[in-house]
Amino acid sequence: MRKLKNVLLLCLTLAMVTGLATQATPADPIKIAFVDPLSGPFAATGENGLNQFKYAAEAINKSGGMLGRQLEIVGFDNKVSPQESLIQLKKVIGDGIPFVFQGNSSGVAHAISDAVQKHNERNAGNRVLYLNYSAVDPALTNDKCHFWHFRFDAEADMKMAALTDVIAANKNIKKMYIIGQDYSFGKAVADGAVAMLGKKRPDVQIVGNELHPIGKVKDFSPYVQKIVASGADAVITGNWGADMVALAKAANDGGLKVPFYTYYAASDGVTAAIGAAGVDRIRLVHESHPGNPNAPKALSEYITGYRKLHPQNDVNQPRIHTALNMLALAVKKAGTVDVDKVAAALEGMEYTNLSGDQVIMRRQDHQLQMPIYISVHTNKNIQHDLDASGFGLSLESKVDRDKATQPTTCKMQRPS
Amino acid sequence: MEQIVLFSILNGLVFGMLLFMLSSGLTLIFGMMGVLNFAHASFYMLGAYFAYTLASRVGFWPALVLAPVLVGLLGALVERHGLRRVHRFGHVAELIFTFGVAIVIEELVQLVWGRPAKSYQVPAALDFPLFHLFGSAFPAYKAFMLLVSVAIFVFIFAILTRTRAGLIIQASLTHPGMVAMLGHNVPRVFMIVFGIGCALAAVAGVIAGPVLGTFPGMAQVLGSVVFVVVVVGGLGSLSGAFVASLLIGTLQTFAVALNVSVGNVLMAVGVPAAASAALHDVWKVTVAQVAPILPYLLLVLVLMIRPTGLFGTRET
Repeated sequence: MRKLKNVLLLCLTLAMVTGLATQATPADPIKIAFVDPLSGPFAATGENGLNQFKYAAEAINKSGGMLGRQLEIVGFDNKVSPQESLIQLKKVIGDGIPFVFQGNSSGVAHAISDAVQKHNERNAGNRVLYLNYSAVDPALTNDKCHFWHFRFDAEADMKMAALTDVIAANKNIKKMYIIGQDYSFGKAVADGAVAMLGKKRPDVQIVGNELHPIGKVKDFSPYVQKIVASGADAVITGNWGADMVALAKAANDGGLKVPFYTYYAASDGVTAAIGAAGVDRIRLVHESHPGNPNAPKALSEYITGYRKLHPQNDVNQPRIHTALNMLALAVKKAGTVDVDKVAAALEGMEYTNLSGDQVIMRRQDHQLQMPIYISVHTNKNIQHDLDASGFGLSLESKVDRDKATQPTTCKMQRPS
Repeated sequence: MEQIVLFSILNGLVFGMLLFMLSSGLTLIFGMMGVLNFAHASFYMLGAYFAYTLASRVGFWPALVLAPVLVGLLGALVERHGLRRVHRFGHVAELIFTFGVAIVIEELVQLVWGRPAKSYQVPAALDFPLFHLFGSAFPAYKAFMLLVSVAIFVFIFAILTRTRAGLIIQASLTHPGMVAMLGHNVPRVFMIVFGIGCALAAVAGVIAGPVLGTFPGMAQVLGSVVFVVVVVGGLGSLSGAFVASLLIGTLQTFAVALNVSVGNVLMAVGVPAAASAALHDVWKVTVAQVAPILPYLLLVLVLMIRPTGLFGTRET
């Protein structure tokens, strides 16, 4: 009899313990999903992004985390495929993770943004927030905008406006060649370049406007031949990852000496591949101070700390730090991880980022408003090099936030 | 225009010969064992990574020899202790085995060398433009690539057609039973051919690494095209692989160089312009945009019209 009692007692304790375990206790970490390529041709880009998220999260955790809970970044490999991303998003939702970060490829971003919107409309009790840290197709905060999408990188047109200002000032440029990856972002870059150059420098002739398949081209030499044959004085490209490395290599080998105006021609092997051939020739438009010369103190310390952990990788996306910290602030302000309340808290939020710039999340379309920087590939006066190559980016010009801003067609619908 | 044609031919040759170095090994292995070696491109990747590491220690030239030898030995080991054991369970098991090897190699490469692309550079001695024509340069390194691949092609062909070893290999391709009866160790021939095939892939990796990039995805990027080459050329046919490699190499480079849209092509074959409204999206696609899928289109066409491949003797 006594034995039976003991068994019953044990069962009861077990039931209670398992009951407790399934309930989220305040000490449980808040999970944050990172959905980006962790295998395949763009794995290097995705892996470095994930490491930067973990690095940024660690700093937040050290200062107390969110609502007294620790952050945990969970990586999901989407192989830069929209279909695969939707499968991963289902997993994220199934795991009850409320926040999804994604950035590589606007094609993927459109798929996730759409799916998140539909899911949230149908499942009011189990919503997810899509935080886009890198996909810059303007449509995402224009025609396709919705309440559960926030973008922390400058959209392609903001960057193109800054880039075309620099190009317009260079009177040596008479013929422009545009080359990009064949998907929504590559097309957005090309359209933006044609439209803005047409306005600012109608005398510049567009001698080539080329799209190539993303992640499939093995050797860019034929493309480089075409650029040379077109007699172009300069090239605009939105290529990133392996496609940028290969294009840079082929341009070096083919003797293409014209200036390149790019979005992503740095880090993840690109800077090393360009090397000496690109000095003072490759320009890059981005959302942060490039780290040279005279990096703001916060940025400099952040870069140095990251380099200690990952000697081969760079902080090429300081916006990851901005995005994660703004999310943490929004959760703090909302006092909950409830997606709608956090989203409402993010709207209009101001934040001072690592570059010391005051950025603001525009309510109207959820596009972060920020200054735009243009820098040049060089090995002179480099304190923070990239790819551990001795080469890095040096600041050339900065467009203030008020000037960098672009109008939006977004008509934001908020859940009532 | 002449400039584009000339450079396209040169680039096509370089790329085509590179494909041949990969596909020659693959097609030999298939011819002997009846197995499509999915891990073949992985040995190409290993060649590039081994050479990258060796080049920083002992220099590029020793690496050019050492890396393929190491990869060849590794390939022979894989055949001796892996593939041969799996062989008795049939072709499906072998296929799955090589598929597994490919995944293992890719993961190992990521573990050892990391995910970012390695900056495996062209050796300084070859880092200069060989000649300038119409304003663009032809790098000396590409001429070197062409030279190495032609030399290897001649070498293989000489061995296969002019030596006793080649005779045995060729006989093992078609009549393994008979060759064994005559007292030759057929499994050892298989192992040697597998090793040499892997070493050839590694040579391709060593010389292509600095140009096409050395990163964990490099096997995937080239692997699929190599299968197309082997099937188009005819499985097990070395001359077929040679022709198909050059065909696909030049096809791809020329397609990129051409500024012709699908609309132009359709118009040229007599499709009325009125159809352009209905096919608006397709109409504007340029041949350059579809260049990377052309090999696969060719694959489908060949399988439909001539399932044995251009020079093959058996159905795929």
